[in-house]
Amino acid sequence: MAGGMKMYGKHRFPGRLFIVEGIDGSGKSTQLSLLQKWLEAEGYVVYFSEWNSSPLVHDVTKRGKKKKMLTPITFSLIHATDFADRTEHDIIPPMKAGAVVLADRYIYTAFARDVVRGVSPKWVRELYAFAVKPTVAFYFRTPLDIAMKRILGGRDAIKYYEAGMDLGLSDDIEESFRLFQGRIIDEYEKMVSEFDMIPVDATRSIEEQQAEVRRIVTDTLTGTKKTRVRRWLDLASLAKGSRI
Amino acid sequence: MAGFSFFGEGLPDIDLGELKGKLIVLEGTDGVGRSTHIGLLKQWLENHGHAVLDTGMTRSALAGKRLKQAKEGHTLGGITMSLFYATDFADRLENEIIPALRAGFIVLTDRYIYSLMARAIVRGADPEWLREVYGFALRPDAIFYLRVNIDDLVTRVLQSTGFDYWESGMDMHMGEDMYESFVRYQKWLLAEFDKMVETHGFEIVDASGSIEEVFENLCERVDRVVARNGY
Repeated sequence: MAGGMKMYGKHRFPGRLFIVEGIDGSGKSTQLSLLQKWLEAEGYVVYFSEWNSSPLVHDVTKRGKKKKMLTPITFSLIHATDFADRTEHDIIPPMKAGAVVLADRYIYTAFARDVVRGVSPKWVRELYAFAVKPTVAFYFRTPLDIAMKRILGGRDAIKYYEAGMDLGLSDDIEESFRLFQGRIIDEYEKMVSEFDMIPVDATRSIEEQQAEVRRIVTDTLTGTKKTRVRRWLDLASLAKGSRI
Repeated sequence: MAGFSFFGEGLPDIDLGELKGKLIVLEGTDGVGRSTHIGLLKQWLENHGHAVLDTGMTRSALAGKRLKQAKEGHTLGGITMSLFYATDFADRLENEIIPALRAGFIVLTDRYIYSLMARAIVRGADPEWLREVYGFALRPDAIFYLRVNIDDLVTRVLQSTGFDYWESGMDMHMGEDMYESFVRYQKWLLAEFDKMVETHGFEIVDASGSIEEVFENLCERVDRVVARNGY
């Protein structure tokens, strides 16, 4: 933390940060992965930030969940700890180096989830005040029914906290999941204007959504660092046997 | 009865009116004898028929063990560390301190959010941010700040365990050796604690005397807190 603690919106880095948000089954990860491939092909230095938190923090989260030891506040705090680790190790350094950083879910996931669990909206926003403000935050807006179909078709089991079972909304895990995700959507909708998120209609085709995402991203990339040559150009010149 | 309140936003689903016990905090820098006095006070209060819970930092069932390991490896960044401590504290507050208070115990805690905030501040965390984060904490009934000057502190540490990596703030590269670093780091912590005296209502307890003297002083003060609501 040398040099003092910078707050949301106050960081000045040469890199860019694009994040995707939305409920499970909104297709956000697919879109982010397509964006990544395109940015790499365009020659940008892309860094995909995964939730590779330190094993220590990770262990506490895992154990707390498994043993159902978490209250709304400790659930919130342990995830904030995890996110801080990710910020300090995984987001700030590549952004300083001028990379394009991509993140699947960000602080808004925590805001939605924790508030639904009864945590104060003001408190959880303060808690994450150290986060780097994204260049663009995409919100993949999906009707609950469509998302539910995508999830329930493709997965074996919904986990306890994922379904919001700790909230006691329903004894049936699928029903609890549905009610919980419905409330999460309400929170996301409130945040769209609060945080200038860019809503993407996730009921459209994958191609249409990706085209819109690329167009919005392109507008913010002026002056961003690229590798020396574009990859396809590299390959093309190799194929011709010529030198660059 | 005065009753409890939260620092800020507070915990969801807690009825403060149910908390019948007393929350007493001992604060101070490393090596001022906090744990010795907690032990003595516990015995003394129990002899007088009070049920006592003594607790301290990094002892939570949820995060205590891992937090100790994190310190040993010192690989976590400043903000991460601050939040890890906050998690540990929240777990103890919700699962130990509040249930004990509900049951009418006197809770003696070795350090509280003030130490956590002071340590985070000297490592660059924003004081305003920390106050917001710890908004869920209960305001204690009393905070006894065991205070010694830096020279006495150095002597004490040398006589007991010697300089420790963290207590010397070695992670911040503040001095050429442990002694220099310890002095600078602890002076800085003392300054942060001194700033909190007024804002958080610390009662300063001169900890430079003998253990007996300090303990006697503490007993008088604790007695007043306990007597305050007709125990």
